[in-house]
Amino acid sequence: MAKKGVLAETSAVAVPKRLPRTFSPGIILEREQVLGYLLMLPALALLTVFVLYPFLYGIWLALTDSRIGIPGQFVGLRNFLDLTQDSIFQQTFRNTFLYTGVTTVFKLIFGLAIAALLNNKFPLKRFVRAAVLLPWIVPTVLSALAWLWMFDSTFSVVNWVLARFGIKGPVWLGNNPWPMISLMVVNIWRGTPFYAISFLAGMQTINQELYEAAAIDGASRWQMFRHITLPLLKPVITIVLLLSVILTFSDFQLIYVLTRGGPANSTHLFATLAYQVGLPSGEIGRGAAISLFIFPALCITVFLTLWYMRRQELD
Amino acid sequence: MSPRPAAVLDRFVSIYIPVVITLVLLLFPFYWMAITSIKPNAELFDVKGNPFIVLQPTLDHYKYLFERTLFSNWILNTTFVACLSTAISLALSVPAGYALARFRFPGGTLLGWAIFVTYLVPQTLLFLPLAQVVNWLGLANTLWSLVLTYPTFLVPFGSWLLIGYFRSIPKDLEESALVDGATRLQALIKIALPLAIPGILSVGIFSFTLSWNEFIYALVFISDPTNKTVPVGVTSELIRGDVFFWGSLMAGALLGSVPVALIYSFFVEYFVAGLTAGAVKG
Repeated sequence: MAKKGVLAETSAVAVPKRLPRTFSPGIILEREQVLGYLLMLPALALLTVFVLYPFLYGIWLALTDSRIGIPGQFVGLRNFLDLTQDSIFQQTFRNTFLYTGVTTVFKLIFGLAIAALLNNKFPLKRFVRAAVLLPWIVPTVLSALAWLWMFDSTFSVVNWVLARFGIKGPVWLGNNPWPMISLMVVNIWRGTPFYAISFLAGMQTINQELYEAAAIDGASRWQMFRHITLPLLKPVITIVLLLSVILTFSDFQLIYVLTRGGPANSTHLFATLAYQVGLPSGEIGRGAAISLFIFPALCITVFLTLWYMRRQELD
Repeated sequence: MSPRPAAVLDRFVSIYIPVVITLVLLLFPFYWMAITSIKPNAELFDVKGNPFIVLQPTLDHYKYLFERTLFSNWILNTTFVACLSTAISLALSVPAGYALARFRFPGGTLLGWAIFVTYLVPQTLLFLPLAQVVNWLGLANTLWSLVLTYPTFLVPFGSWLLIGYFRSIPKDLEESALVDGATRLQALIKIALPLAIPGILSVGIFSFTLSWNEFIYALVFISDPTNKTVPVGVTSELIRGDVFFWGSLMAGALLGSVPVALIYSFFVEYFVAGLTAGAVKG
């Protein structure tokens, strides 16, 4: 490599200058191995105490019948076996996959559409781009409170608008399936900006000449999007999907504010059920077992996303 | 030359109208927060009137928030926690990111991947065992429990972003400083750090926002109302049983959103850079 050659030359020239320092005590810090580990050490220490240890301890808790303040006995896989027989847990299991699947499809479609829209030139574009991301950056529970009020059983503004069009709106957070649909609507509202702005940033790195060449060949706008934008956006789409699927799968805040898992425990996701079982009910071992379900699902999701994208690349 | 009317119409249908619809759908809840917070109760619970306008605006809900609730405490608590955990995260992730970007040492690549995996671990996976750890350390019910645990999701994110950032800075400057007799630490502090300021700013702004918005750890670790953060305080203390103080709830939600919205609007470019750093470069 040419770069390395130049470097070797310059350091050869500088050797006399560096020699005296060889004997100073600080020289140990000049070794990449030593300094590398030293710089990593604080971060690693923190992550060991507050991530690795709790993770392992969580696995242990899930294998015990611990309750809050009462250290439990080792019970093997009993928590997990009990859960598979529990109808609330089975519902939660289905909810989590349905919620993640449905919202991800919508966020992907809306995200691509908004990104393609904002990729045009129009007045106040910078302002619009900044405004689009707002739902994603404000505290989720606080915007969820606004939705809770918008979905109010008596004073719902959504239903007020629907009524002007002659439609009688549902009691949004009342009877199934509306509570789950409401949660999905708010999740899509909150998550789409992240997709859109990430995709927009990806689109802006695409070489404009590709579109010009395609236009000369008579390609339609849809053809350009399908055959130029989408393929070149694939790396961005992969990362965004990966992050978003994990965050959606482990969602807590929206459900906690809007339904608390109700009515009759029908809208729980893993995280909210783990919270309810582990803390207010005090069965911390069982709660830990429920949150651990996020982990294998997480691994599978990551694996599937990467596998799918690889296969697409090979085609 | 003015554009043909057909072209103008086409732009309206394909760009302007969709942009306006998108904005209305995405921003309406904020308008709703704002208008609710200044409506007197009589108008809030009037099903006959037009809900989109306010006839007699009032600041009563804001007054209630500051005089009858601990809202100002929560704002101070959240600011304290967000500033401190951001500072800690930067102090840990800048050196870690630099080491992983620049140095070759046994296990370095593995540690890099380990940090990336930690970045993907959601808070909801760990909150139950972590609550026990916080108890054992005697941190339960204190703001320190948050100051020390928020960096667990900020440091992996920050290190990961900064690895990419440091790699994008050419090595040559640091190498010539080393040749000129600077120590490696001096090269990091005097050469690489100033060049990495935009990346560090991205990490800082992101970390502050994430800390400000965090919910589940604050909900689980802190039960004393005076020590709560804004997201937890507003959701737990302003709702009493089935009684909703909608006016002051929306006032609290709006004020709790303003700090991050302000920071975001000042640094939107850095924010988008941080958001997409992994996505675009990866």
